[in-house]
Amino acid sequence: MSDAFVRLSDLTLSYGKSVAVPDLNLDIREGELIALLGPSGCGKTTTMRAIAGLLAPTSGRIVIDGRDVTRLSANKRGIGLVFQSYALFPHLNAFENVAFGLRLQKLPQAQIRARTEAAIATVGLTGFEARKPAEMSGGQQQRVALARSLVMEPKVLLLDEPLSNLDARLRLEMRIELQRVQKATGVTMVFVTHDQAEALAMADRIVLMRDGKIVQLGTPADLYDRPETAFAAGFMGFENILRLEDGDLVSEHGRAAVGYHAQAPMLGWRPDAVSVGTGPLQGRVVASSFAGGHREYVLDTPLGPVNANAPVSLAQVGVGEQVAFDLPLASARPLFA
Amino acid sequence: MQFRNLGSWLILGATLTFLIGPFIIIIFAGASAGNSLAFPPEGLSLKWYLKVFTVESFRASFVLSMGLAIFGTLAALVLGVPAAYALNRYKLPGDEMIRTIVAAPIIVPGIIVGLALLRYLVVPLNFTVTVALFFAHTALILPYAVRVVSSSLNNLRSDMEEAAVLLGCSRVQAFFKVVLPNIRGGVLSAFILGFVTSFNQVPVSLFLSGPGVRTLPIDMLSYMEITYDPSVAALSALLAFMSVAIVFAAERLLGFSRYV
Ligand SMILES: Nc1ncnc2c1ncn2[C@@H]1O[C@H](COP(=O)(O)OP(=O)(O)O)[C@@H](O)[C@H]1O
Ligand SMILES: [Mg+2]
Repeated sequence: MSDAFVRLSDLTLSYGKSVAVPDLNLDIREGELIALLGPSGCGKTTTMRAIAGLLAPTSGRIVIDGRDVTRLSANKRGIGLVFQSYALFPHLNAFENVAFGLRLQKLPQAQIRARTEAAIATVGLTGFEARKPAEMSGGQQQRVALARSLVMEPKVLLLDEPLSNLDARLRLEMRIELQRVQKATGVTMVFVTHDQAEALAMADRIVLMRDGKIVQLGTPADLYDRPETAFAAGFMGFENILRLEDGDLVSEHGRAAVGYHAQAPMLGWRPDAVSVGTGPLQGRVVASSFAGGHREYVLDTPLGPVNANAPVSLAQVGVGEQVAFDLPLASARPLFA
Repeated sequence: MQFRNLGSWLILGATLTFLIGPFIIIIFAGASAGNSLAFPPEGLSLKWYLKVFTVESFRASFVLSMGLAIFGTLAALVLGVPAAYALNRYKLPGDEMIRTIVAAPIIVPGIIVGLALLRYLVVPLNFTVTVALFFAHTALILPYAVRVVSSSLNNLRSDMEEAAVLLGCSRVQAFFKVVLPNIRGGVLSAFILGFVTSFNQVPVSLFLSGPGVRTLPIDMLSYMEITYDPSVAALSALLAFMSVAIVFAAERLLGFSRYV
């Protein structure tokens, strides 16, 4: 694998005696937009801080652009980090926040001005140069934070939950904005998120993490269509996951003899894959809601609750009524532990 | 309702009387036309206010007190700001103990601090009184400096410094470029609080005086032992005005009360 731009080898990261990330291996390609996805506390921020040099690894190596930076201090790595809280300097206006790093390099005034203005234009904040952070909205502050990192032309740009502090509308806008900036600058970008929709929409590749370990790594399509584990499937919207034992589907609530045989110990279905109205299984509707193109049902079954989506063309089944349904083997995703 | 209102007014009135009453009494006692310290004054004149400026020892001790207040406070800040920063940002072994030690001079009665300094610094180490006074005042102001600066550091997120480091700062540069500018108000407040505390300090300075070396409050005490005239009241009033003016200016400029 010679195409690794950032390579984490056998990286172990700890806080005192407690290990947050044990033995991580990850290759990131130049110019890609990669998402670290996983539930809160799984070690995403920790990994990012190690790449940036803010956290010294307990063991392992970090190589960036062919150079071992494991022992290199954070201020010499040439890596940008956009903090979850933005971490703008409150006493400086937008222009000075962005120019901060260039001023440290003692570049000529004219060059500082030109590069700062260009970075501010890239994030669409021209005209806001004189505003202090306190005088800007969350979205604008985030753009300043982004420009402040971009202006340094970092080798790698890290973003920690860049969209989590924004409201829903702004979040969509910034998704597109981040992708645009990444394509325009070609910077290698690693962003952290716990929102699978965000990762699927933005990333070239997704690193799904759990308890400090990589569970699965692949393109959004890989993860969405072909999750390998129950954990990955749960994250990707396979809401119905059941064990397969001796041809029976089994959950902690009970079992159903369906006579399925597969290589995998578990099977998963998205709500869309469950068929309602016909089938060998029986359930009682406990909730039903209209979702535009389809109707969402929650069924109480011998296997526990099953989430199913049915086309609106199908006659509505009232809450409390019994209904037949099927978990077809053909549309099941085989899953491993 | 009516009654509760009346109650609050009474309490407010009493509080103001106790706080401001002595101040008013001193102003008038100093403005007496008579020759001895008394309230109510025997007639009104400004002669004692003017006399204050002609007393030689008052001038010398004013300069000493002023110098102690300024340089003692500066020294306390030079020690206290980094101490507060370290206590706030790093999980240090024994940081609770450091906090307690730093706070000790406010908790321990001033008389004891003064006596201890006299017994263990001035006498055995042969420190001059002025040097001992400087150390004593620095130690006394230090707790205030640490406290006030800590509270403004608490309002400052630490990821700002990391952001500065990632943009190329060393840790030290990050402190001067992003931390200090954002706690400037707290540092100035600590300076003013320290200055006023030092200037009005009696118990510690009581033990640390020598021939011709006395802080102003101590000088006033000894002046009173010899001459019981209204000039001491006049001087007290002037000093009180000075303190009020400093605090008022600070409040106006910086919102001083936010940090205390
Ligand atoms: N400063 C810290 N000190 C001790 N433990 C920490 C610290 N920061 C994070 N951890 C622990 O490390 C693990 C990973 O945390 P983190 O990387 O912040 O997760 P994420 O960003 O994925 O939510 C968690 O179990 C967390 O409790
Ligand atoms: Mg995190």
